[in-house]
Amino acid sequence: MSHSAPNVAPGLGAPGTVRESHDHHEIGFFRKYIFSTDHKVIGIQFMMTGLVMMILGGLMAMAIRWQLAWPWTKMPLIGNLMFPKTGGAITPEFYTMLFTMHGTIMIFFVIIPLLTGAFGNFLIPLQIGAPDMAFPKLNMFGYWAMVPAMLCVVMGFLAEGGGPAAGWTAYPPLSTITSAAPGSLSGQTWWLLALTWVGVSSMMGAVNYVTTIVKMRAPGMTLMRMPLSIWALFIAALLQLFALPVLTAASIMQILDRTLQTGFFTPTNLIVNQMNPEMAGAAAGGQPLLWQHLFWFYSHPAVYIMVVPAMGLASDIIATHARKPIFGYKPMVYSMAAIAGLGFIVWGHHMFASGMNPGLAMTFMVSTIMIALPSAIKVFNWIGTLWGARIRFTTPMLNALAFVAMFIIGGLSGIWMAATPVDIYIHDTYIIVAHFHYVVFGGSVFAIFAAIYHWYPKMFGRMMNETLGKIHFVGSFVFTNCVFYMMHQLGMAGLMRRTADPYDYETYAHLQPLNEFISISAFCLFAWQIFFVINFFWSLGAGKRVGRNPWQASSLEWSAPSPPGHGNFDQELAVHRGPYEYADPDAIEDFSPQWVQNVGAGSDSSRSA
Amino acid sequence: MRILFTLLLLVMTVLGVWTFIDSETFLFGPQPEGYTWWWPAEISTYGEDIDFLFYLISGMILVFFVLTEGLLLWFVFKYGAKRPDKGAFSHGNHRLEFLWTGIPALLLLVIAFSQMSTFASIKFRSAIEDEPVFCDIWGSQFDWRFHYPGADGRLGTVDDLQSPFELVVPDDQKIVMNLRSRDVLHSFFIPKMRLKQDAVPGMTFPIWFQADPEQVALESKNHFDIICAELCGWGHYKMSGRVRVVSRSEYEAWLEEMTAKQFDNGFEAD
Repeated sequence: MSHSAPNVAPGLGAPGTVRESHDHHEIGFFRKYIFSTDHKVIGIQFMMTGLVMMILGGLMAMAIRWQLAWPWTKMPLIGNLMFPKTGGAITPEFYTMLFTMHGTIMIFFVIIPLLTGAFGNFLIPLQIGAPDMAFPKLNMFGYWAMVPAMLCVVMGFLAEGGGPAAGWTAYPPLSTITSAAPGSLSGQTWWLLALTWVGVSSMMGAVNYVTTIVKMRAPGMTLMRMPLSIWALFIAALLQLFALPVLTAASIMQILDRTLQTGFFTPTNLIVNQMNPEMAGAAAGGQPLLWQHLFWFYSHPAVYIMVVPAMGLASDIIATHARKPIFGYKPMVYSMAAIAGLGFIVWGHHMFASGMNPGLAMTFMVSTIMIALPSAIKVFNWIGTLWGARIRFTTPMLNALAFVAMFIIGGLSGIWMAATPVDIYIHDTYIIVAHFHYVVFGGSVFAIFAAIYHWYPKMFGRMMNETLGKIHFVGSFVFTNCVFYMMHQLGMAGLMRRTADPYDYETYAHLQPLNEFISISAFCLFAWQIFFVINFFWSLGAGKRVGRNPWQASSLEWSAPSPPGHGNFDQELAVHRGPYEYADPDAIEDFSPQWVQNVGAGSDSSRSA
Repeated sequence: MRILFTLLLLVMTVLGVWTFIDSETFLFGPQPEGYTWWWPAEISTYGEDIDFLFYLISGMILVFFVLTEGLLLWFVFKYGAKRPDKGAFSHGNHRLEFLWTGIPALLLLVIAFSQMSTFASIKFRSAIEDEPVFCDIWGSQFDWRFHYPGADGRLGTVDDLQSPFELVVPDDQKIVMNLRSRDVLHSFFIPKMRLKQDAVPGMTFPIWFQADPEQVALESKNHFDIICAELCGWGHYKMSGRVRVVSRSEYEAWLEEMTAKQFDNGFEAD
């Protein structure tokens, strides 16, 4: 498993890299870049597909925003092409497919693969000092299991009746009865298959991450010396291991309901579209609420799978660019573990209005309100980290700080909807939409941007352009708040999510100007990402070349060449201290790398966090 | 970049606080009479309790919002300045950790337990144990239908009166309704009454509200939107209804008119 002489590809080593003698076993192009077992290549593959899918999901969001600002009007550019029958306007059927697919793609094909797939793969071996993952072939399979998933998701749109139209939550009976919606012909089955494949991919990844972190840490890398990214990814992987089987089972049950006429979720005696589905041989005798329980038993922990790794990445980046040890390392670890633990007993808060026993709703309320506590502890510790810091305003740092600023908003608004009486009014309104976009976009996506800017030099051996990065950051930050903050106001006024045309209601008629403002801001936000795209590709060829440690960081990945060769490290590794030893007064530099034994003249080198 | 980023955070915080204090005129000027971008006025007996809890939580959110964002931007401004020396070599502080774990924990527990009596008084069956059922609600793609008991005073018989779209209620009693669905999930939502409940096919949920005549009198009209709040298919957006709150005598007159209409066989001469 260990390569003492890593294979550094010619021309990829950065200036100052020590070139070892090559361990000559030539790998062909396909084995190296397509069907690779190298965790770094797989991580970058996840990143690229995640970013491409993000553009697709973003385009769907733009179409949704067009409809909400100017309902039933001709969509510019592509309207005539897509909707020739309506003169270029979105149809109500297509609108339901749009928000269903926007949610599905952003959650299952963008955020989770980017965080756990891309950064999980790239960072885990590098930050714990391992040459690769524990199971490299399984890792490769994990990536390639995403390909059938993506094919299935796209197939939904080509299927008869169009794409799935039951929301990303796929509540039966809308999702199980084929006559209930045009998209629940075969589109919904393709969607379920896609979900199952995503589950397979995540499972392969999670098994790998847990094993690698438990078994393959470098000498001296104790659990409490691991960077918080690793803790976060470890906890997220455990969440996936325990929660995913339930979703996979549930989606197979729904597939069976739809194809073999089993009766898990569809009740008896329905009249859908003037006919009784049972007469046509559809399933019956089931319970719709069962699906909601099973679905949220996975999908609520999935929310934490989408934010806990982001917290870890942001912690690493903030400590590095604040030039200060992370404040309260152990509370940070314990609070992430608490979020994960509590995360398993809060799923019922998605069902406060579902008809679940109100006594049970109260217990879910208490656990949900209490989950705000570990999140609050993390926020206080990030702020504590900034106290007495020497902040460097690099692009990754700006994005990471914006993550904290916006996660605060997303976290605080969560308390409203956790409180059951208040939730009676705000359940499924735009306050919910604002809340989870602040957590997942303002939070996770900004953390992902921060992480890409931060680890790009390690991935490709070149820096991204700082000026372009800052332009990208400022615009994204402003427009993100314009879009999502104002959604709170929509929700306050009572606007329901998933409403294609709200303005026929007296209650909502006055909200159109606000929706126009949000939509214009959203178009600007989407367009502004061009600065990121340009920066990303331009820097691949023309970015400034860097050495091993451009940020003067102290965690282990920065001891490897940029980019690291096969096998990652070209020196014997031993870990001497915690990952955030910045500003040690006894050290010569303001950072004390984990891999360097003696950092100061005659200083106590065994100092650790 | 330090000044610019501090300003960005400052603007975000100030605008955020502004939406709490004066959402009515925020950015876009005053709203039309009776409409708001903030919590609209409630008109039901338990609406006041729910709104009180909302404001209680909002107050706490506002304090923590200003505190955390304020500290964040202050530290960004203060410790973003270029200095020649190293930062503070601090790994944390036990007393602070206890403090900022303990105080929020206490506050959150207070919030959690303060919700319970209100929720129980609305949702538990004990709230409506002795009340007669006023009407049945049937949701189906994409309309609401209200069944009133006919001459026999019982629901679910052939002489039930059916009112599509409009629910007419007297303002002097608890309105207990059995909520059902014929096909897929729906959700019965009257924003002004602070009432929301999913309708699940195969299940019956008793739900209730009571209009508060004093609050209704403050409104410019006596009818209010009913909205479907759970995705029910392509026509979800137009699955609307209306609740009209009237006095007892007006209600009885309407009921008579409804009965006459429903059992008019078309042959009787005027």
